[in-house]
Order: sequence, then structure tokens, then C-alpha cells
Amino acid sequence: MPSRTIRVDQLTRLEGEGAVKLVVRDGRVHSAELRIFEPPRFFEALLRGRSYSEAPDITARICGICPVAYQMSAVHAMENALGIEVSGPLRDLRRLLYCGEWIESHALHITMLHAPDFLGYDSGIDMARDHADAVRRGLTLKQAGNEIIALLGGREIHPVTVCVGGFYRVPRKRELTALVGRLQWARAAALETVHWAAGFEFPACDRDYTFVALRHPAEYPFNEGRIVSSDGLDICAAEFEAHIDETQVKRSTALHAQLRAAGPYLTGPMARYSLNFERLSPIAQEAALSAGLGRRCTNPFRSIVVRAVEVLHACDEALRIIARYEEPDEPACAIEPRAGMGIAATEAPRGLLYHRYRLDAGGTILEARIVPPTAQNQAAIEEDLRRFSGEFLTQPPQRLRQRCEQLVRNHDPCISCATHFLRLQLTGP
Amino acid sequence: MRRRMVIGLGNPSCGDDGAGRACVAALAGRLPAEVELIESDGEPAALLALLARAREAWLIDACRSGAQAGTVRRFDVTGHPLPALAVPHSTHGLGLNEALELARALGMLPERCLVYAIEGCSYRTGASLSQPVRAAIAVVAERIVRASAR
Repeated sequence: MPSRTIRVDQLTRLEGEGAVKLVVRDGRVHSAELRIFEPPRFFEALLRGRSYSEAPDITARICGICPVAYQMSAVHAMENALGIEVSGPLRDLRRLLYCGEWIESHALHITMLHAPDFLGYDSGIDMARDHADAVRRGLTLKQAGNEIIALLGGREIHPVTVCVGGFYRVPRKRELTALVGRLQWARAAALETVHWAAGFEFPACDRDYTFVALRHPAEYPFNEGRIVSSDGLDICAAEFEAHIDETQVKRSTALHAQLRAAGPYLTGPMARYSLNFERLSPIAQEAALSAGLGRRCTNPFRSIVVRAVEVLHACDEALRIIARYEEPDEPACAIEPRAGMGIAATEAPRGLLYHRYRLDAGGTILEARIVPPTAQNQAAIEEDLRRFSGEFLTQPPQRLRQRCEQLVRNHDPCISCATHFLRLQLTGP
Repeated sequence: MRRRMVIGLGNPSCGDDGAGRACVAALAGRLPAEVELIESDGEPAALLALLARAREAWLIDACRSGAQAGTVRRFDVTGHPLPALAVPHSTHGLGLNEALELARALGMLPERCLVYAIEGCSYRTGASLSQPVRAAIAVVAERIVRASAR
């Protein structure tokens, strides 16, 4: 049987290190593997024996791109264990912090990591020489997100002000108001980015994904909501482990997740968008429809447009939060440690991020479990490679490798979070 | 108006990685008033924004090339990329070199841009600066004092 192996030994423009191996037999893709070989990072074990109050700062260190997501899932889980509910301006500030992270993470991925695939460049720097305005716009957008995080979090990377119960310090109204001009510019730039990305050429690669995302009654989800799927799943975060199994596979140091009832699933921007379209702000809905997205997005190559829509929504939501902000009396709720189990899921830029902690009476962490979005998406990414890389097998080897990388980059994996990425190995003639 | 600035890069909590920022601290009060002293964690978008408003910039960063600890290298990157020095890559592979080349591609590089690379030997979390790096910081600071007076 004629066969060949195609390897991408260093997948680039991704966070972390991994590889792809395709086996082609009789001109068809026989198997596709996303290999993650970074050593495990043992964060869950590292948390044991530490105080509940340390979890936001320890887990933030899992990722330099999405530390806010780790902090948010950690504080919500701890507050769930301690019987606290954070509301009003403190809850709004958390949403604002998340807006900052989505803006900076998505703007970086759209502009520097994903767009070069569509425009035929090896890197964002090469692309910048011919598309300077678009790159300048993308980086300035990212900077707008950074500014939100720096103001609320004390610094741009690994913010230090988030604590269980609220914040160590909250901003003055005038400090937030100072961001308005920049965010109004960012909202207009995000709208331009939606239309810029929508103008790329997208291969006809649609798939009936099982999408999983949070859904809140009224909000496009950041911090809160039930976990829902396109197959009818509708559970609270506490039921996550009863419906989703994690298993170890030899090719990955990150556990693979699947729904007990429906198998592999996809979390992230496409899932959030398709399950929550009507909760996007009106300007984001209108931009998405005029960009030709529809109310669901099932073509992974179009995820770049979905990310741009989410940036637009995040800019608009940030402006809304700032406009109604009233300084809270206290920066955080009082905490009384107690024994218990705490569970929460929030929406990291890359998708659903689940945390569970068990505490003793003094608030010491006895057990921790963290399920990052990239780990959950591994099987769906492999299925994309299996289904869609066949379209590109007749292309020259370099172009084929690039397409395989793009199939992975469509989902903006963060391998550092999942354990860390990327090498393509293709087997066959 | 575009400014003159000294930008120290790095993470002061990781031993010699804090060399650039420590050098900026050592320069306080020693430079002409119009020269801005800036400490940066090296986040590329923020660094790019800084470079965009500089007409002359001195950047100081730690590097790991296998040379003897405390070795100082000076690179004029105004016309040429920074040579590969085994500087550890930052998140998503965007580090100092990428930020400089992006600035160049976007026409945002200062009219004169110099990089001082200080070879470190200990990047352990919580470690203080090594003795050879402390000595190198004093050398780099002195060179920048003299250069900025011109």
C-alpha cells in the first residue's frame, strides 16, 4: 500500500512546542496526530498545601498570554468554596479585566500569528513590510487591551491586583475614564479588523462541530454562565466532571478531553460565538453579519473573523462598563476560610477554563484540578487535520506543511497552558 | 517631538534577567534631563509603542550566548538586525529582536538605536544579580552617560 509521512517538526506562531504527524495512504489522510511533548508542569500538585488566597497568583503563571483567565477561574472557584458572591462594580471590573485580555490576546493572534497564513507570509514581521497599516492597527489594538490590564491589574503581564473576594486595589473613576478615548479608537479599529479579516480567502471547510461554551442569560460569556453545547448539554460548572472525561494519550503530555455522550468537542471563539450570537453587542452582531459570518461559524479558517468580532464586542463592552462604573466602598469582600469544594469555569480567549479546588477548614488547598481549553480542543484539532488536510495533499510540500500548521493555528492553541507546541510529520507517498 | 530614551528590559525577579532594568536604576540622575529612563518587561507591543516615540534609544537587555558572564556587547541596530544571541524567546516567540524588526518594517525604529547585551549566568527565580553582571552594569551605565552627553 503506497504511503508517506508528512512531518512538521517545528510548528511556529503558536504558544509552546509540539508537532503534527500525518499518515497518507492511497492518496488519503489515514491518520493525523497533534503531538504535544512538552514536559508536564505539575501546577495542580504545586497548589496543594498553599493557601486559597495564593491560587490566583500561582495559576496566573501558567500563561503569559491569558493569566487573567486563570485568575478569574481561580477566584470564582475559591469564592464558590467559601460561599461568597461578588457583585456590583467588583464583578464589572472583573469583566473589564477579561475584556482587556481578550483584546490583547485576540489582536496578537489575528495580526501576528494567523493573518500571515492568509496573506502568504512566513511571519508577521514579513507581512508588516507590505501591510504596515494593518499591523500597526493590530498592535495598537493589542496595546489598548494591555492598558486595561495594566490599569486594573497593576501590570500588563501576570497582573497582581486580583484576589479572592475582589481586588487588592480598584481604580478611581477618573482613571478608567482616561481609557475611554483609546477604547473608542479601539472599537473603530476592531470594526475595521472584522472587515479586513472577512476579505481573506477561506477554503470551503465546514464541519459539524460539537461546540461547548458558557452561556449567561443576558451577557456574552466571560466569567459566568452554564456550560452548554450544540448537542443540548446544559449543566452547571459543578457537573463538568460528570459529563467530560479526560484521558491520557501517548502522543501528548496534555490530557485529551471528551464529552461522555458526544465525544470530542470544540471550545473557544467559534463555540462561544455560535452558542451566544444573540448576546453579542449590537455593533458586533451587525459587523459579523455584514462580514458574512452568519449566526454560527463552522469553518475553522473563519475563526479569525470570529476573533475580530469578539475584539469588537470586548471594546464595546469595556466602554459600557466604564460608563456605568461607580467606585465600590471596599475593594474586596471579607473572607472567612472554611472547608469545602469550589468549582468554576470561565471563558479564556481560547475557550472554557475549568478549575476545581478542595480546601481544609483553614483555607489550605488539599486538591486542585485545572482543565485548560487547549487540552479540551486537542481531539477536535486532530479531527480538523484528518478531515481537511486531504484538500491540500496535491500542493507542494512547503505549502502543505503551512496549511497543516494553519489548521492548528485556526484554534490558537496555547500549549504552554495545556502542559506547552509545534513539529508536522506526514507519512505517505 | 520624538525623545531620547534608555530602556532597560527584563524581569528583576529572575536573577541576571534584571540586568537591563538595574542598569536604568543605576543611571538615575546621571543623564541629561531630556533623556527618559524607562524600565520595561519587554512586552513587544508596549516596547514598539516606546520605540515609536523615540528618536534615539539605548536598549539594555540580558543575554545568554555562552560567553563569559558579564561580557558586554554593543550593537548598532539602526541599519541591521540584532544578531542571534541565544536570547531566550518570549511568549509566542515575540522577543526583543522581533520587536526591533517589527519597528523597522513599520518605519517606527528610532533614527539611532543601540542595544547593549549583558551576558548573564544565573536566571533562577528569586536570585539576585550575579557579581560579574553587577560589574557589567556599571560599565554599560558609564558608556551610556558618556554617549548621551554627546
